[in-house]
Amino acid sequence: MSHVAAQAVTNSQTPEKRERRRQVSDQTIVRLFIMPTLILLIVINIFPLFYSLYLSFTDYSVIANKPPEWVGLENYQKILTKELPRYWHNFVVTGSYALLSVGLQVVIGFSLAMLLREKFKGSGFVTTLILIPMMLSPVVVGLFWKLIFDPSKGIFNYFLYPGNPSAGPEWLANPQLALWAIVIVDVWMWSPFVMLLCLSGLSAIPDYLYEAAAIDRASSWFQFRRITLPQVAPLLLIAVLFRTIEAFKAFDLVMGLTGGTPGDATETVAVRIYREAFLGKFNTGESSALAYIVLVIIIAVSNLYIRALNRMRED
Amino acid sequence: MATIELIQVEKKFGDFDAVEPMDLTIHDGEFVVLLGPSGCGKTTTLRMVSGLEAVTGGQIMLNNRDVTWAHPSERDIAFVFQFFALYPHMTSRQNIAFPLQAQGESKATVQMRVAEVSSLLQIENVLDQRPGSLSGGDQQRVALARALVRRPAAFMMDEPLGALDAEFRERMRAEIKRLHIDQHATTVYVTHDQIEAMAMGDRIVVMSAAVVQQVGTPAQVYHDPANLFVARFIGSPGMNLLSCRYTDRHIHLAHGGSYPVPADYVRALDKALHGTDEVILGFRPEAVTVNGEGELSATVYAADLHGGYTMLHLDLGADQIVHARAGRELNYPISTVVRFSLNPTMVRFFHPRTEAAIIREVRQ
Repeated sequence: MSHVAAQAVTNSQTPEKRERRRQVSDQTIVRLFIMPTLILLIVINIFPLFYSLYLSFTDYSVIANKPPEWVGLENYQKILTKELPRYWHNFVVTGSYALLSVGLQVVIGFSLAMLLREKFKGSGFVTTLILIPMMLSPVVVGLFWKLIFDPSKGIFNYFLYPGNPSAGPEWLANPQLALWAIVIVDVWMWSPFVMLLCLSGLSAIPDYLYEAAAIDRASSWFQFRRITLPQVAPLLLIAVLFRTIEAFKAFDLVMGLTGGTPGDATETVAVRIYREAFLGKFNTGESSALAYIVLVIIIAVSNLYIRALNRMRED
Repeated sequence: MATIELIQVEKKFGDFDAVEPMDLTIHDGEFVVLLGPSGCGKTTTLRMVSGLEAVTGGQIMLNNRDVTWAHPSERDIAFVFQFFALYPHMTSRQNIAFPLQAQGESKATVQMRVAEVSSLLQIENVLDQRPGSLSGGDQQRVALARALVRRPAAFMMDEPLGALDAEFRERMRAEIKRLHIDQHATTVYVTHDQIEAMAMGDRIVVMSAAVVQQVGTPAQVYHDPANLFVARFIGSPGMNLLSCRYTDRHIHLAHGGSYPVPADYVRALDKALHGTDEVILGFRPEAVTVNGEGELSATVYAADLHGGYTMLHLDLGADQIVHARAGRELNYPISTVVRFSLNPTMVRFFHPRTEAAIIREVRQ
């Protein structure tokens, strides 16, 4: 479009001027504008992606003053055999975290969407309020939920055990509860996202379908099951896809709240990679290999979702 | 099987009167057409009967049961929507089965009834397709099947042919009519197409500006319109309407020329007009006979060949054009003067202020 517009302008000018203008063509300008983004993308995204793939086949450590040495599949072998029990724990933590938090987000987000579906006075304001957690930085959220969960002065136990807050559990220090604490925060933060997608899905369902269903003598439950749910399903699945990918990469919230403690009770795969790659260990090669295993898992899971989504959209 | 009775039913949207209080009784097995221009309240009336719209006054009786405040699902009335309102994520089969499944019918019953109704409407070949891939006609057949399958007490149809191509429309019109004859179910049908209304209705309810103008058989609304609106709205072209003067048992046309008032009307006109002499004369194009001995004359303004007949536009002077139906075999050159007569049993009179028809009084 810009091409046509520029052409129209140059045509109206004198021939010499047109000649000079032509030295910088639209195509060149387009390339110049794209260049900075492209360079940034290559330097901080694409290069590390391939470099870490290379590093995952080496014994490299960033603090060892030694060039990377090719070890083939040794890192992968180590992770998947000798070290597997320890890594398996990280995957179990991540998996349960993803299952719990995405599951709860879907239930809560969808319920909120159903409630906010009917417009009432101030519903726009309420929607905005609900969306606020989503807009906050995860590190900030981690820090202030740490205060909220604090057993002696936190407000969480204060509400849970009115009168005697100190009888409440130490959410972040209890190995049984710490993961749940992170799940609660993640659900608090990201249910609005699921709600937002569901809300747009719900508002796209035409009223006449419900009129037809009322005429067809369908109960509210039957309408919900046979009309609302299938109509929202594609968007709901997108929400689940996004949240699952995010949950598998859970890092910032965990670091802000527990840092993987107590012990390794909340050590997700991403936290483990970080610990392996930096905290005192600096096993760059091994952690790169682990990161690639996670990548493959995420791609596989996403593919399952996308396939389900496509099947749903076939009609 | 159902008798539907509307008693002073009205609908207001805020200050706007969508339907002014109306009374209507729809008999068991009757096919009633609500006819009127868009925005006249006909669809709102239909939606009130089916329960999709709450009344703001009056009562709705279904088989002598007060259903004014009953939910649509408690009325046992099926509704066919103008834009089909099929469930887009279900196949035709699932769409048709929906009302049965909603009632918790057994699998075998559902299967049997769906097969039954789809063979009736000849849609077996599209049962496994989704609405999105069907033609308009097939979509409407599926919608009809969904309405039929539960064997409701009555059918409401909201311009069911409005979204179809002209080609399909005529065929579906015949199909719906056949369906009604076979099933003999009480049907209320909304349309703005007067030809459709004339062709399908046992009775027609003509509505305009939220008010019922006339309720009658197609012949009644065509030949004896209750007022000027109905006279103009029914028929294509509508009734010829001429402002005239009435004196000495004669009608005097604006441009000159007079016509003796049929005996039946003399007393009625005297009474209705009491003193004033203005009256509106109305007659259908087929009331005109063009012949050499006619008592009125006009210039041929235009002649439309319709194949079976010729529609003449006759200029009476003073900006008055009347439509006349004439034989196809005759040739009427433009600007020639023709004489014509009016069939005295087919002329009607309207009051110029109230616009109501002046009804003839047959003398004993």
